[in-house]
This record gives sequence, C-alpha cells and structure tokens, in this order.
Amino acid sequence: MPDITVVLPGVLQPLAGGQSVLTAPADGPVTVGQLLDSVTAGFAVLARRLRDETGALRRFVNVYVDGDEVRRLQGLDTEVSPGQEVLVIQSVAGG
Amino acid sequence: MVGMATAENFVLAIGTKKGLWLATSQDRREWSFTGPHFLMAEIPSVGIDTRGGRTRIMVGVRSEHWGPTVAHSDDLGETWSEPEQGAIRFPEDTGAAVERVWQIYPDAESRPGVVWAGAEPISVWKSTDGGEHFELNRGLWDHPHRSDWGAGYGGAAAHSIVVDPAGDTVHVAMSTGGVYRSLDGGTSWEPRNKGISAYFMPDPNPEFGQCVHKIAADSAVEGRLYAQNHHGVYRTDDNADTWTSIADGLPADFGFVMLTHPRREGTAWVVPLKADGERIPPDGELAVHRTDDAGSSWKRLSNGLPGKEYNSVLRDAASVDTAEPAGVYFGTRGGTVYASADEGETFSEVIAHLPDVLCVRAAVVAGA
Repeated sequence: MPDITVVLPGVLQPLAGGQSVLTAPADGPVTVGQLLDSVTAGFAVLARRLRDETGALRRFVNVYVDGDEVRRLQGLDTEVSPGQEVLVIQSVAGG
Repeated sequence: MVGMATAENFVLAIGTKKGLWLATSQDRREWSFTGPHFLMAEIPSVGIDTRGGRTRIMVGVRSEHWGPTVAHSDDLGETWSEPEQGAIRFPEDTGAAVERVWQIYPDAESRPGVVWAGAEPISVWKSTDGGEHFELNRGLWDHPHRSDWGAGYGGAAAHSIVVDPAGDTVHVAMSTGGVYRSLDGGTSWEPRNKGISAYFMPDPNPEFGQCVHKIAADSAVEGRLYAQNHHGVYRTDDNADTWTSIADGLPADFGFVMLTHPRREGTAWVVPLKADGERIPPDGELAVHRTDDAGSSWKRLSNGLPGKEYNSVLRDAASVDTAEPAGVYFGTRGGTVYASADEGETFSEVIAHLPDVLCVRAAVVAGA
C-alpha cells in the first residue's frame, strides 16, 4: 500500500520524535484533515501546533499539496492520494 | 511570605513580545538573569505561585505560528512542562479557540492549587491543579451580554481577575465590557460599572461596555477596589456597586497599570499616560504615582527614572512583591524594566533593550 507523506519543517520535528517525514498508509484518497489526524495521532502537541481546538488550521501554518497551498484549494477538505507528498511550512509572520 | 529582605530571595519574571526573561536577586538591586525562554514567542501573561513552599512559574505562551498554550516550570525555568493535550482549550461545543492568555492569577493560600486565567476571546478559566489544566467558566461564557462585549486595540479579553481570599466574591475586568462581579465563586455574574464612564459610547454611562484597563483590590479593606480605566481612575468601597473618581491630583487619568499594596490600607500605584490619543508619559517624563490615602492624594515618584521616556507601560507590565517594604516593578514597551525596593521612592534600571515588555511579575521566595 503506497503511503502519503507529510514533510515537517525543522522547528516542528522535535514534536514528532525527531522525524522530518511522517507517513500515513492509504488505499485511496483522503482529505488533508484526515491525513493530519492520522499522522499526528501519536503526537498531541504537534497536532495542537498545527490546528486549534476547533480543528482549524492555524493562521500562519501553510499546508501545500503538489505546490498549492490548501487554502486556495478546498482547505482541510482538499483530497490527497497515495503517493502524494504534503508539505507543512510556516508562513512569513512576526516582527 | 513577609520578612526582612536580606533573608529572602526575589524572583522577577518579564514577559515580552519575543520571549521570557527570569531573574533572581537577594537585595532587589543586583539581578541575575536567564533567558530568553521561549524565544520568538509572545509572553502576554505570567504568574508566580509560591504557595505551599514551591515556586511555580506559569506562562501564557503564544506563537504567531503555533498558537497559544500555558507552560509551567518548578525549577525557575530550567525545564518547562506542557500537558500533551494542552493546558487551556475551549470545549468543543463552544466552537471557540483560545487566541491569547492574558492573565494568570494564583488564588489565595487557603485555596491551594487554584489558579485563574483570563483569555482572549473574553473568557475566564479556573485550574484546580496548579495551572496544569484550566476549565472554562461557563457562567461568564454563557452570559447574555457576551455578544455585546467588544474588542479594544489589543483584542477582546478578560485581563483582570481579583478573588476575595476569604470568600466567594470574584471580580473580573474585561476590555471592552467593564467590571463583572460574582458573589458565588464564579457561577453567576453581574456587571458592576456604576460611576465608571465610557465616553466613547453613545451613552457614556452604560450598564456595561466600559474599557476598564486594570482593577486591583485593597488588601486591607474589604469591598474596596481600584480601577484604572480608559480615561478615569476610580475606587469603590462597596464591592463595586458604585465607583467614584480618584483621578484628582494625577497628571492624567489615562493609563493601564493599577497596583495595590500587599498589606497596607489605601496604598496603590498607577503609571499615568497623557491620553488615549497620546499614549506617552505626560510631557514625556515617566513617573509612577502612589496614593497612601485611597486616592485622596497622589505622590509623584520618578527618582531613578529616565528624564525622557516615550514608551508606554502596559496593564500587566507592572507588579509588586510582598516584602517589607514592598517592591514595585514595571517595564516599558521600549524594553526597559525598573525596580524599586522602597515602594517607589527610588527606582533603578534592572535590564534594558529587551523586546516590548508585556508582563512583569515579582515574588518573594524562601531564601537559599
């Protein structure tokens, strides 16, 4: 079964046991929200850094699917397929 | 703990726009610093809990990227802990998310483990496990006024929590919304703003909607509190049923800070700013003002402060300790922190060139 991979920025890797890439097995398309649920299941603090308690993606967390930021697609309902790679990148923010 | 300053250690916590600094001192003049802790995270709130002989520092940490949380340390910042599921989060049915923790308030010695928090969006929280997990106060969250509470420039938050150490009375102040009082430990809440002006509203004397910047209780007189308002300085002697102006004698009635003495009746400190539209010390000359008679008169205190200072002092960027004489501390948005070991008579610079100081807390801990 091909995996869907999620690539984390360096600053979040300590919250994922030092891993830079998390993988979720998938036998078909899943939404980005389901994917994040899956890969952060064992990493509660990482999950909270990415999304608030309503499940919304935090404002300055960007998630890319094939180079497109999901807010320009269908947000957390954007579908990803086995074999695809998802990037999590913090946006330019702060002063 | 009260005692001679020389037999005690002092802890100072400084939360800034880009991290937390901690300091210790034995004389409140020479300070040894660590930090920044949580570099690049905003620290809008900090609480030092010395109850039970343990010094626990609790911080409201907020990353622009990764959101808010509350972390705590029992070893003066050497290590920090944060519950896996988070210390503070809205219940699912509210559909809300914590944006920022504005206030962390350890309750009285008689209620060990109880810590209150005030947050944005406007909400009050209570922990019974020393600040590791907070529960939403439903009475205030479900209050019918909530939809009419507004946001000041810094956001809509409950920023002041004052708990009667001997009873069930709790006062909360929010911007904007004003003062709310609970007589039953936080189950039910009523607005208590009679006498406090809201000049920026069509009705300048509304039941609620005031922009109270900070409230503090007189530790020696039951039912007496002080308020620094968005223009206006007030006192109540009847548990907030009515408020009267005590601004006469101050150079300006605008400001954010309100501090009270840990033991002595009638003693409070403010840091006036010129006006809403001119948020600098009057004439650019930074000064603390203290009353020793519950606001009938004020004494200007500027010994040791710079000649010119154009930065403001935010509502939680000031603190008193519990020593005798009481220490007074405050920091500016220009990143300078001042301390006084003699109740404000003389100040000295503790540290400078930090990011904007958002909160300051000081405490006396057992001497090493």
